[in-house]
Order: sequence, then C-alpha cells, then structure tokens
Amino acid sequence: MRVKVLYFASFRDAAGRDEEVRDLPEGSDVAALWRELAAEVPLFARLPRPAPAAVNREHSPATTVLQPGDEVAFLPPVAGG
Amino acid sequence: MYLTTSPIDLAALLREVRASDGALCLFVGVVRNENAGRRTLAIEYEAYGAMAESEMARIADGLSRDFPAVRVRIIHRTGRLEVGEASVAIAAVSPHRADAFAACRAAIDRIKTTVPIWKKEFHPDGTSDWVDPTEGRRS
Repeated sequence: MRVKVLYFASFRDAAGRDEEVRDLPEGSDVAALWRELAAEVPLFARLPRPAPAAVNREHSPATTVLQPGDEVAFLPPVAGG
Repeated sequence: MYLTTSPIDLAALLREVRASDGALCLFVGVVRNENAGRRTLAIEYEAYGAMAESEMARIADGLSRDFPAVRVRIIHRTGRLEVGEASVAIAAVSPHRADAFAACRAAIDRIKTTVPIWKKEFHPDGTSDWVDPTEGRRS
C-alpha cells in the first residue's frame, strides 16, 4: 500500500526531501514506517525513540495502523509561539 | 484561519473581537534578539499548514469549553520575521479579567505544546539553526 510521508523543518533538512510516496506492506503501523526511515536517515537513527507522528493531520501513537493513502508526518519538537 | 504570512495587524484583531464585554487580554509574541546567549537577527517560522490550522481550531474549541464566558481569537504568522515583529497574537475577551488572563495564558501554553510550527533562528555570523525547546538546545 502507498502512503504519503511529509518532512518538516530539521527533519526535512536531515532527509533531504519534503515529501515522498512510500510503498509499505499492508498492516504496517507508524512504528514500522519509522524503522524504515531510520535506516535511511542518520538523524532519525540517532533519536532515542521514534519522533511524534501525525496521521492525516492528527497526533497519532506509533501503534497506529496505516491505511492506503494516509498522510504521515513525523514531527520535530514544535517551537511555535 | 489561524495562520497568516502577512504582518499581524493588531488593530484589526482588536476590532474583530470587539471588546464590549468588560475585559480584553492581548498576548503578543515577538521575535527576540537573542536565544541562549546567541544573537538572533531573524526567525523563519514554518508550519505544517493544514494540521496547524486544525490544531489551533482544537485549542480554540477546548478554550471555549474550559472558559465558557471567554471568546478567543488566535493568529500565528509564518515565514521570515525580523526581531521585534509579532509572531503570534491572542485576544481573549470576557466579562471579567480573571478569565481573560487565564484563557490567554492557556492559549499560548497549548499552542507551544501541540501546534506543528517550527522556527529557524538566523545569527549574525551567517549560521542558522532549528530551535528545539524540548532539550534546551537546537537540533
């Protein structure tokens, strides 16, 4: 199944891309996607735990099972205000 | 709409909330000239736009539950801002000041916790870095 992955701020700099479509096995959860990305992006691999995720623009736990067409973003520490 | 790329117009914000209720509390966050001992020339704010909008709408909904007498208007700017420019403005209007102060404080605290907005500081030596408030350092 395909999901759209978005990268922002320091994560975009680290990944060298701002979005991509990825093909994942059916039933993959957010944690599985993170593990894939951490194998490619050294900054992600260095983090002590998976970054907070948003699925379809909602804060979502790492156990969230992804659906085809989902929009997933891992969020660097937010710094608004 | 909670996000804008234009300078925040405080006079327009005050006209919008029309404080005839008794108390209006206005919080304005401005770009500071230093952070952790380093001078800052400017900050670039970046948002996950659609999610930032829905998170700020959620915060506004939560505030109207927690402070039923208060009306709150939030606006957050993105893009490159110079020192002294307003990055965020919150107007809370209420019959009494205690609720207006509390709602305004709660609004900015919640914004800083859940809304997907990031900022990159630009320094006089030409370097820049993303601010990481969780570790008291930059990532």
